Amino acid sequence: MDLSAINPVLLIASLMVAATPLLLAAIGELVVERAGVLNLGVEGMMIVGAISGFAIAVETGSPWLGFLAAAVGGAVLSLLFVFLTQYALANQVASGLALTLFGLGISSLMGQSYVGLKPPSTGEVHIPLLSDIPVLGPMLFSHDPVLYFGLLLVAVVWAVLKFTRVGLVLRAVGENHDAAHALGYKVVRVRTLAILFGGACAGIGGAYISLIRVPQWTEGMTAGIGWIALALVVFASWKPWRALIGAYLFGGITVLQLNLQAAGLAVPVEYLAMSPYVITIVVLVILSADKSRAPASLGRIFHASS
Amino acid sequence: MIRLEKRPQPSRAWSMATPLVAVLATMIFGGALFGILGTNPFAAIRTIFFEPLFGEFSFYYRPQLLVKGAPLVLIAIGLSLGFKAGIWNIGAEGQYIMGALVGAGIGLAFYPMEAWFILPLMVLGGALGGFAWAMIPALLKTRFGTNEILVSLMLVYVAEQFLASMSLGLLKNPDGFGFPGSRNLQEYPSAHNAELIAGTGAHLGVVAALIAVIFAYVLLNRHMLGYQIRLTGEAPRAARFSGVRPTRVILFCLGTSGALAGLAGLFEVSGPSGQVSIDFNAGYGFTAIIVAFLGRLHPVGILLAGGLMALTYIGGEIAQGQLGLPAAAVQVFQGMLLFFLLALDLLTNYRIRLTMGEVA
Amino acid sequence: MSELLLRIEKLTKAYPGVVANDSVSFDIQVGEVHALLGENGAGKSTLVKMIYGLVKPDSGQMTLRGAPFQPAEPRAARADGIAMVFQHFSLFDALNVAENIALGMENPPKMRDLADRIREVSETYGLPLDPFRTVGDLSAGERQRVEIIRCLLQDPKLLIMDEPTSVLTPQEVKILFETLEKLRSEGTSILYISHKLEEIRTLCDAATILRLGKNVGTCVPAETSAREMAELMVGSTLQTPERGDRQFGEAALEISDLSAPSPSAFGTSLKSVQMTVRKGEILGIGGVAGNGQDELLGVLSGEIATAPDAVRLNGAPIGRLGPTPRRRLGLLAAPEERLGHAAAPDMSLTENALLTGAVRENLASGGFLRWGATQSFAERIIEAFDVRTPGPQNAARSLSGGNLQKFVIGREVLQDPVVLVVNQPTWGVDAAAAAAIRQALLDLAAKGAAVVCISQDLDELMEISDSFAALNEGRLSPPRDTHGLTVDEIGLMMGGAHGMEVAHV
Repeated sequence: MDLSAINPVLLIASLMVAATPLLLAAIGELVVERAGVLNLGVEGMMIVGAISGFAIAVETGSPWLGFLAAAVGGAVLSLLFVFLTQYALANQVASGLALTLFGLGISSLMGQSYVGLKPPSTGEVHIPLLSDIPVLGPMLFSHDPVLYFGLLLVAVVWAVLKFTRVGLVLRAVGENHDAAHALGYKVVRVRTLAILFGGACAGIGGAYISLIRVPQWTEGMTAGIGWIALALVVFASWKPWRALIGAYLFGGITVLQLNLQAAGLAVPVEYLAMSPYVITIVVLVILSADKSRAPASLGRIFHASS
Repeated sequence: MIRLEKRPQPSRAWSMATPLVAVLATMIFGGALFGILGTNPFAAIRTIFFEPLFGEFSFYYRPQLLVKGAPLVLIAIGLSLGFKAGIWNIGAEGQYIMGALVGAGIGLAFYPMEAWFILPLMVLGGALGGFAWAMIPALLKTRFGTNEILVSLMLVYVAEQFLASMSLGLLKNPDGFGFPGSRNLQEYPSAHNAELIAGTGAHLGVVAALIAVIFAYVLLNRHMLGYQIRLTGEAPRAARFSGVRPTRVILFCLGTSGALAGLAGLFEVSGPSGQVSIDFNAGYGFTAIIVAFLGRLHPVGILLAGGLMALTYIGGEIAQGQLGLPAAAVQVFQGMLLFFLLALDLLTNYRIRLTMGEVA
Repeated sequence: MSELLLRIEKLTKAYPGVVANDSVSFDIQVGEVHALLGENGAGKSTLVKMIYGLVKPDSGQMTLRGAPFQPAEPRAARADGIAMVFQHFSLFDALNVAENIALGMENPPKMRDLADRIREVSETYGLPLDPFRTVGDLSAGERQRVEIIRCLLQDPKLLIMDEPTSVLTPQEVKILFETLEKLRSEGTSILYISHKLEEIRTLCDAATILRLGKNVGTCVPAETSAREMAELMVGSTLQTPERGDRQFGEAALEISDLSAPSPSAFGTSLKSVQMTVRKGEILGIGGVAGNGQDELLGVLSGEIATAPDAVRLNGAPIGRLGPTPRRRLGLLAAPEERLGHAAAPDMSLTENALLTGAVRENLASGGFLRWGATQSFAERIIEAFDVRTPGPQNAARSLSGGNLQKFVIGREVLQDPVVLVVNQPTWGVDAAAAAAIRQALLDLAAKGAAVVCISQDLDELMEISDSFAALNEGRLSPPRDTHGLTVDEIGLMMGGAHGMEVAHV
C-alpha cells in the first residue's frame, strides 16, 4: 500500500465534491421534515434529477439549463408524492417507497439513449485572490458554482427557518398541524411547497452526480445517496449546519475509501465500498438515543375534518 | 368543490375493489406510456397480460409464472406482517441475498459429496441467513430505537457488496477458468432445488410460498400474535395498554420476513438461477413491496398479486423481445401500479363528495 | 350599555348524519359577557368555529356592528376584531411563548419588540409570562395565559373562550375572572362557552342555551337558578346517582413511594406517590390536566414498570408486571383517550373487546382466538351498558364519544375487577351517558371492588368518591375524606394558583 499516492489537497477538494449531492438532497429533505412530512422518495427524486439534468445538458449544451431541468424534474416527481400524501392521504412511508421505485424505473427509461455520452463541462469559478492562496486556494476556492450554491443554500435555509415568518409558519406546521390549522394557516399548501422544494433540491443533487461528479449517466447511479441523505437529516437533528457537517463527514469517508482502494490497501475493494453504508448505520445507532428534536407531527396524516 | 368525508368505518367493498381499479388505471396510463415510447399500446398490454397465459408459447411461460411468482409471494408475505404492525422492513433484497449466500455456501461446502441431508441443510441455512440479516435492524431498533427503514435499506447495499466479494472470492468456481460466479448447483444433484413435477416450474419455493400464505392467514385471523401485530399497527398505544410487548412484535415481524426472504433467495440460487453470481438477485426484494401493497397486506391478496406481478415480468420480457419495449418500461409500469393503489386507497376510508359551491 | 356588537341570525350547519346547528340566533352586546351553554355535542364548538371563520355555515347570516360578516378564514375574523382562546390544539409545544404568540398575529413586530409587548400586556392584565420559555414546559394555566395574551395583543372586540376553566384550579379561576372583568370594563365583549352553571351565574350578563343544535332559550344567569338552566340544557330532569351506604374492607391497592419518569417529552414524572384504596372504596383523584394523570394511569395499568414494591395488589408486589398479568390478578384500567389508547379506532367492537378481555374472559386458548366467545362478550357489554350501535362488527370510531366510553368502561366493569382505575371516565360524554357511567362505578364499589377515579371534573369527584386526593406536578396530596371538604381546601390540594401572581387590577 502506498499512502503517498493520497494527495491531501486533492482529498479535501474531492471530499467537498463528493459531499455536495448529499448536502443538497439532505437540506431539501430537512425542510420537508421540518414541515412535518417524511418523504422517503429522495433516492427516486435524485435519480430523476440526475437523468433530467444530464439529458437537457447534453441536448442544449448548457449545464445550467441541465441543473434547472433537474430541479424541475425532481419537483415534478415530488408532485406525485404531494398528490398521494396531501390529497389522497396515503401513508407517507409507502408513498415515499413508491416514489423511489417509480423514479428508478422512469429514469432508466429516460436514460436509454444517453448511456456513454459525455456532458458539457460546468467549469470552475476561481474566486479572485482566495483561489490564489497556495494549498487552500485549490482546495477550497476553485470549485464549480453549484458546490458554492449548496453552501449558500444551507445558510439561506438556516436563516429562513430561524429568523423569518415563513420559517416560523413552516416549523409550526411541522410541530402541530391541528393548531396551525386552527390559527388559519394552510397546512396542505405549506407542506406542498416544502415537498416541492425538497424535490427540486434532490433533483439538483442528482444532477450534480451525473454532470459534475462522475460525469456521465449510468442506471441507478445514485447508489443509495438519497437514503444516506435521509439518514443525514436524522444525524443533523433537523438543523441545517449540522447537515453540512454530516455531509462533509460522509463525503470524507467516501473519498477516503476510494483513495484507499486506489492506494492498494490490503482490504478487498468490496469491503471498502461497503464502508459508507456501514458507517451510516453506526452513526444512526449512536444518534438514535435522542429523538426529542424531531418535528412532532412528522409523518402524521393531516385531514381538516371539521 | 371536492370534499373528503371520513367514513364511519372502512368500506369493505372498496377495499376489495381498489386493487382491481388500480390495475385497470395502470393498464390505461401504462398503455399511454408505451404509446409515447412508440409501441402499440394495445399490442403491448395484450403481450404483457395475455401472451404468457394463453399465447403460442404459453407452455413455456406458464411454469415461469410459478418460478417468478413464488419468491415474490414468499417475500411479500413476510413483509406484510411487518407493514401491518407499522414496521418497515424495506431491505428484503439484502436478506434475500444473504439467505442465498449462506444456503449456497453450505451446499458448496459439501461438494462433491452426495447426501439426502444437504438440501434440507441448505434450506435451513437460507432461512437463517435472511433471519440473521434482518435481526440487525431488529435488534438495533429494539435496543437503541434506530430507524429500521434506513438500516434495513443500507444493509441491502452492504449485502450487494458482500455478494460481489463472495462470487469473486470464497464461493468462486475453482474450475470456472477465472470467471466470476460459483459452481452451478443445478449440476450438483444433492444441492439442486429441482422441479417437483417436471415442466410445471413448481419447485420447493412454490410449496414454501403456499405454506407461508396459509400460515400468515391463520396467524392473522386466528392467533393472538396476529391480533397483536394488527393492533400494533392500528393503534400502538392501545397495543401497549393491551399488554403487547413491542419488542416481541418487532423481533417476530422482522425475523419472519428476513427468514422468508432468505428462503426465497436460497430456492432461487439453488434452483432457477443455479449459481451465486454478482447479479443473480433480480430485485425481487423491492418488487415484493409492491406485491404486499397490491395484495392489501392480506395473504390471499398477496398470492393473487404475486401472480399478477410475475405476469408483468414475463409479459414484459416477451414485449421486450417481440415489440422492442424497453426493460425499464415494465419497472415503470410496476411503480405506477403502486401509485394508483395508494391513491385509490383513499376510497376505502373516505367518501368523496362534490359540493356545488359554498353557501355562506 | 346595550350597543349591538354581533347579531347571529338563523345559522345552520349540517354534517352527514347530524345537524350541528339548526337555525341558531342571538345577539351579543358591546361590553357583555355572553355565555353559550350546552352539553357535549350540543353544537357550541361548531357555532364558535363559524364565528371564527374555521367553518362555513350552510345558511343564515351574521352582522358585526351593522355590517354583514362572513369570515372566509380565521385571518379575516381576526382582522375584524374576533379572537379565540381554544380549549385544545392551538399551541406549539416545541416553540417558545413569543413564537407561539407571533403565529396568532397578522403582522407581528420583531421578536424583541414583541417580547416587550408581551411583558407589558401580561403585567397589565395580571397574567405574568416569560416570552422566551418553551411552551411545552408550562403548566396548563400558563398555557392558557399564552392564548389569552395572544388574543389581547390584537385588541379584540369579541373574545371567544372555549371552556377556559376546565384546566384551572379554583384559585386560578379567580384570577382569570378578574382579568375578564377588567376586559369587560374596557368594553370588550366575551363569548364564554361552558357547561359549568355556577361559573356562568357569577360571571355572565346573558346566556344562550343550546340543545341538540337548537337555541332553546336565552336568560339572564344571575336571575335564573342553576337548576332551571340545567334542565333547559339537558331537556329533562336528571337523576342523581344513588350511593348506598358503603362498607370498606381491607386495603386492595397500595402505592408506596412510587416515582416514575414520564415516557413522553413534555410529560410529568411521578414523585413519591403514596396511596391506599380499600375494598368498596372510591378514591377520587383531582388535579389540573398534565399534572401526572396519564402517568399515574400508566403505572397502575402496567404500561409503565416500576419497582416491584411500589405497587401492591392485595399485598402482592406487582410493580414489575405488565398489563396482562395484572389483569389476571384483577387490576383493570380504562385510560382517558378513547380512540387510540383505550380502543383501536378502526377495529370492530368485537376486536376491541379482545383488547383487554382476553385473560379474564378466557377468549384465547393456546394462543388461538375464540372469536365466538369474544363476540358474545362484546354483545354482553353492548347489552349491559346500552351501547347504541348496530352491532359488534362495527368499528370503534363509528360510535359517538358517549357510546364508546360506555363500551370501554363496560368492558372493564363486566370483567369483575378487584381494582378498577379510570381516567376521565365522563370526559366529552353527554349527560345521560355520564350518569350511567358514574352509576356503574358506584355499583361496582358497592359490590366490593376498589375504584380509583382520576378526573378533572371536581363535581363528578365530589359526587361519587369517598375520599379525595389531588395530583399536582406529579405529587399526590394525602387522601382525605370527601365529606366536608371545601372548595378552597380542594383548590389548595390541587396546588393553589401554581405560583402565579394574583392580578393587580
